[in-house]
Order: sequence, then C-alpha cells, then structure tokens
Amino acid sequence: MTEKKFKFTIDDQEIEASEGQTIMQAADDAGIYIPRLCDVEGLRHQGSCRVCTVTANGRTTASCTQPAEEGLEVENENEELLNYRRDLVRMLFHEGNHLCPICEASGNCELQAMAYRLSITQPTKFPYLQPVRSLDASHKDIALDTNRCIRCGRCIRASQDVDGKGVFGYVGRGINRRVGVNGDNLADTDAEISDVAIAPETCPVGCIIRKGIGFSKPIGKREFDLSIIGDQPPGGSDD
Amino acid sequence: MAKRKIIEISPVTRVEGHGKVTIHLDEDNNVHEARLHIVEFRGFERFIQGRLLWEIPVIVQRLCGICPVSHHLAAAKAMDQIVGAHQLTPTAEKMRRLMHYGQVMQSHVLHFFHLCSPDLLFGFGSPVENRNIFGIINEFPELATQAVMMRKFGQTVIRMTAGKKIHGTGAIPGGINKNLSIEERDILLGDIDQMLEWAQGALKLAKDYTLDNLELVNEFGTFPSSHMSLVREDGTLDLYHGNMRALDAMGEAIFDQVDYRKYHKYLVEDVRSWSYMKFPFIKDLGTLDGWYRVGPLARMNTASRIDTPLANSAHRELKSVSGGEPNQTTLANHWARMIEVVHCVEKIKELLHDPELQGDDLIVKGDRQEEGIGVIEAPRGNLIHHYKVDENDQVQFCNLIVSTTHNNEGMNRAVASVAKKYISGQQKITEGMLNHVEVAVRAYDPCLSCATHALGQMPLVVELYDVEGTLLDQGSQCL
Repeated sequence: MTEKKFKFTIDDQEIEASEGQTIMQAADDAGIYIPRLCDVEGLRHQGSCRVCTVTANGRTTASCTQPAEEGLEVENENEELLNYRRDLVRMLFHEGNHLCPICEASGNCELQAMAYRLSITQPTKFPYLQPVRSLDASHKDIALDTNRCIRCGRCIRASQDVDGKGVFGYVGRGINRRVGVNGDNLADTDAEISDVAIAPETCPVGCIIRKGIGFSKPIGKREFDLSIIGDQPPGGSDD
Repeated sequence: MAKRKIIEISPVTRVEGHGKVTIHLDEDNNVHEARLHIVEFRGFERFIQGRLLWEIPVIVQRLCGICPVSHHLAAAKAMDQIVGAHQLTPTAEKMRRLMHYGQVMQSHVLHFFHLCSPDLLFGFGSPVENRNIFGIINEFPELATQAVMMRKFGQTVIRMTAGKKIHGTGAIPGGINKNLSIEERDILLGDIDQMLEWAQGALKLAKDYTLDNLELVNEFGTFPSSHMSLVREDGTLDLYHGNMRALDAMGEAIFDQVDYRKYHKYLVEDVRSWSYMKFPFIKDLGTLDGWYRVGPLARMNTASRIDTPLANSAHRELKSVSGGEPNQTTLANHWARMIEVVHCVEKIKELLHDPELQGDDLIVKGDRQEEGIGVIEAPRGNLIHHYKVDENDQVQFCNLIVSTTHNNEGMNRAVASVAKKYISGQQKITEGMLNHVEVAVRAYDPCLSCATHALGQMPLVVELYDVEGTLLDQGSQCL
C-alpha cells in the first residue's frame, strides 16, 4: 500500500508531506529549518519548549507536535514569530544560570547557538532569577549541573523510551519544575556513561556532563564554531 | 589645633584594575604615611569551590583580561598534578610555553608602550593633556604602531595556542587541546624577525632611559629588599617552570631550588585591615623583614643567566649597573621588562622551528591526586595556584597568590618613598607631583583587580581633608 502524500505551504513554498508527519518533520524533509530545542531526532515529540512555534492557518502551534494537513498554510519566518522565539530563548537564559564563558558546553550548546541564530546579544529584557542549584557530581563518570537545565526533557525521554531506565524525571510544578534523578543523587541511580540519555547529542546544554572531557575540543572545531544551528541537517554534525 | 590632611589618589590611573593611594600629611605638609589600597574584592577562591576540576583553568582566567593565560596555565599545571600527569607530552608542554611567551610579550608591550611610555617620553610632570597614549600616537606614531603590532603578534600567538586571543581553552588537565598547524606556524614565522627587531628597539629605549637618567632612577623609589622567582636547577631564567629561589638584598640565597609544591612552608600571607590584598612574607624572616619583590626586575636579580643570546647579553648589562648585586631600584623594572620581551620573542622563534609543535600526542593522565599546586612566572611576577579536589572531581579548597600580591609591601614602600621625596613640604600639590606617586606604582605593572578598565571612566580624584575629616579641597581629572 502506498503512503498517502499531500501538499501544504510553509512561507508560501509548497512542500510535500506524508500522512502522519508533523509540520516539523515535513519541513525537515523539504530542507526547511524550524528552530527547536526540546525536539531531537530519535525521541518522541514533546512540544514543551515552544521555540518551534509557527502559525498554521493563522493559529500559533508547536510544529514538532502539530500534524501536517493538506492545504495548510504555515508561516515559519516572520518578525512576530522571530520575536516570540527570542523571548522564549531569553527566558530560558534568565531562568537558569547560563554562564557561557566558563561552560564546557560552550560552542556545542544548542541554547547558545539558538541565541546566536536569533541574534540575541543582550538577554536583559527579563529579570535574572539566579536560582541556587547544587552540582551533583556523585557519579564516577557523569555530573549533573541543573543550573544549565532548560527542562527540555530530552534526557527523560531518552532514559525512559530508549534506555528503558527512568533515571531522569520531572519534579515540582510550574516555575519550580526541574529535572531530578531517580534517587538521592546520580550515584544512586543506574545511570551509565553508555546510556543514550547521557550521550552528548541528548542534552542540548551543559547540564549532563560526561566527566573529564570538558574543553578537549579546541575553539574553532566545536560544532557551532563551524556552522549556525539549523544551517545543517537536523541532529548536528557528524564531527 | 594641628591640622592633618589626607590626599587620596583614587583610582590610580594607567594600571590594570582599580586601586587608590592615600597620602597623610602633617601640619607642615610633610608626608606622615602613604599607602596603596586595593579596594576591590574578587572572591574567586571561594566561589570556585564545588566546581569540577577541568573547569578551573577556564574559570580562574576570568580573574584577568590582560594576563588570563597566566592564570589559565597556573591552574592547568595544578590540575596536571591532580590527574596524575607529572610529565606532559613534548607537544603539550611546548604549546603551553608558546602560549605563555606570547602572553608575557603582549602584556609587557601593553604596559611599556600604552601605560608607561607617556611618563618616560614626556616626563613625569609634563602637561597631562599630552601624557597619555594619544600623545604617543601624535608625537611618536612609529612607536605607537610598533606597540599595536607587537601586541597583535602576541595575541595571535595566544589565539593559535588557546583558541581565542582572550580567555581561550587551550590548556586542559594533563595537556593541551590542539597543536600548531603548519599554516599557523608559517603566519607567525612571517612576522617573527620584525618582532625581534622591534623588541630590540624597545629594549634600547628602556635601557637608554635608565642609563641616561641614572641619578633619577637610583633615587626614585629605591630601597633594599629580597627578590623571589622561579629558576631552573642551574639558575637559568624560566618563565613557565622551575624551582623557587629567594635572594636577600645582598644577593645571598634565603632559599633556593625549593619545589614550588612546598611554597606554603616558605611563604605566609599576612592580612591588614585597610586592603583587600594580602601581604605575603618569607616565613623564616617574619612579617617585618620577610617581604620581597617579584616581577621582571626580581627575575633579573634572581636568575643567573638567560638561555637566549640577545636577552642574556642584555641581562648581563643590566646586572653590571648594580655591580652584580641585586638591582634595588623601581624604575629599572622597565628595562628588565623589555629584556623579557626580547627573551620571549627569541623563545617563540626557537619554538616555531620545533616540529614537535605539530605533534598529535596531546594529553597524558596517571594516578589521581587530591592536591595540586601550579606556579608560573606571570608577566607581573610569581603566580601561585593551589587546589584540593575531592573524589567527585569537585574543588574543595583554593588559594591564589597573584604577582601583585607578592609585590604589595614593595609597592607600598615605593609609594611612601616617592611621596616623601616629591610631596613632603610642598604648599601646593600639583597633578604632576601626584603622578610621580603613580609612576612608582606603575613601574610594578600591578594588576589590581585582574580586570580591564574603560578609557575615560577612571577619573583621578584628589581630596584634601582637615583633621576633623572636613573636605578642604577637591579636584579630579579623567585620563
């Protein structure tokens, strides 16, 4: 049985989609980049960061979870959406403690790269919350610095759905929601360095740290030294 | 009732960071006391506690915008010990040395040309409108161009070894994260002979100034003191690694060939209420007599020789001025600093011809240690980083003794000496007189906050108070 195909437009460009695809998946297949942070190839869609917000027939929606439909008119690149995305990314910076100059994820960080893509040079529109969060370095191979967590949930989905472990999960509600571990600390869990949840491409920021390798890639060779996020195939470079 | 006055120079200008000088005058306008105050608080020793060991060389370099490489490398050397890397690969050590020589060169050039040359070329008391870098650009454009291009070269060396001109990431625990490509090497080699020629020109300028003004140099902030630095086992100058040597005012060894990991058995830090900067002293000599000086002139005094020919020849010439005994002046620091610029350029040239810079063996690791101490000769002098790290890789303890801290007592004595000579008994105190005090501070190239400052936002403020604390007069200017 052949897969049903249909067409819709993104920024007036007609593209083809298959039944069951989200707007973002169809856009990726057509080579159109929609900014995202919580969505990553290989994990189920969550739609929580809202950076992928587009308008579909005039209504805003998360393109990573919204199914594509025949004849849909999607807008991805306009000033209003750009400003939405900028504010969402700014708020992520302000809600955590993101000290790019001393963070080992700098240059490989999707949050930082997204800020550059969106031309955010002064994230000062909102107050800094400056939360006090301790670093969990109890595990021999892994450290967890939730100062840098953006609650994308990629580690949670990877641990539950791919590793089958449930090392990570959300705790708290609303502004106090954060990622916690299934135990008093990381050493109490069955997390292993080989888990997909711990893989460098899972955590978009510097929250999950693989111990002892920080700064081993020189400036100039890091992922986003080489290209702007989105100006490459989704999933990052293979370097 | 007798009235006393306090003159405050705040902040001291054309130095790195913020500090102030207070000069206490008695009823006859004689200088009763003069002090250099460091009024900033940084707190790095405390807030890196809990951070991961490999982050430290990157975090602590943020202490400074001028000499971040020094902090980066001192911390990396300490972390080498913690990860059990007792001997780096040749490529790693040579890359770090290259980075360091580039750093010392550019820092010294910045200090000599941008900060101090206006004093030396126009005169300490010359019109203030011209006594600045713009005056140099107007009247000595060729010199100003050389200053910019030499700094650029040093910064390029840093970029090619650390990834960025300021606050890079090259040194990591156990080694380095990149080698020097052939393309990078050839870019540096293309400029190296020009750099050597200009460095020799700068050396001649500093030497001629010292010798042509020997009477002034010998009486300006001159006082006997001990000196301390790292040297190699044979006494040769080494800016990256060595053992500690301290000489007394006559040049006799107080201690020599001390493994710097035992620094705390020889050096102790004293605290005084009026400054955020501690006062280190040599333990065996006590707080009153144990103070010492570090930096370029201290290194010229402690080193037996230099392992590059041009710098070694200049070193011998400088030593001959004081008859082979330690040079105790303040202003000869400029001459010593330019000898080090020549030395650094010679070392860079030597390294650029070494094929081991293109090696791929970059990192070593061994048995884990709990404690690491890294010491380096930073542009401004000896720099000590001391850390303890727990089994989770988190820093639990940090002690930093930066070069300017070592020189605290020396700078205070220089300030007092110059203030007494040029301000005591004067009925009207001019800007030029106060600049003499600043010249004495500048000679040590202090990095007061280890941070950059903005031109035009650092006014010199002078306030006159009576004994009741009433403000009698006030003036300020922006340099």
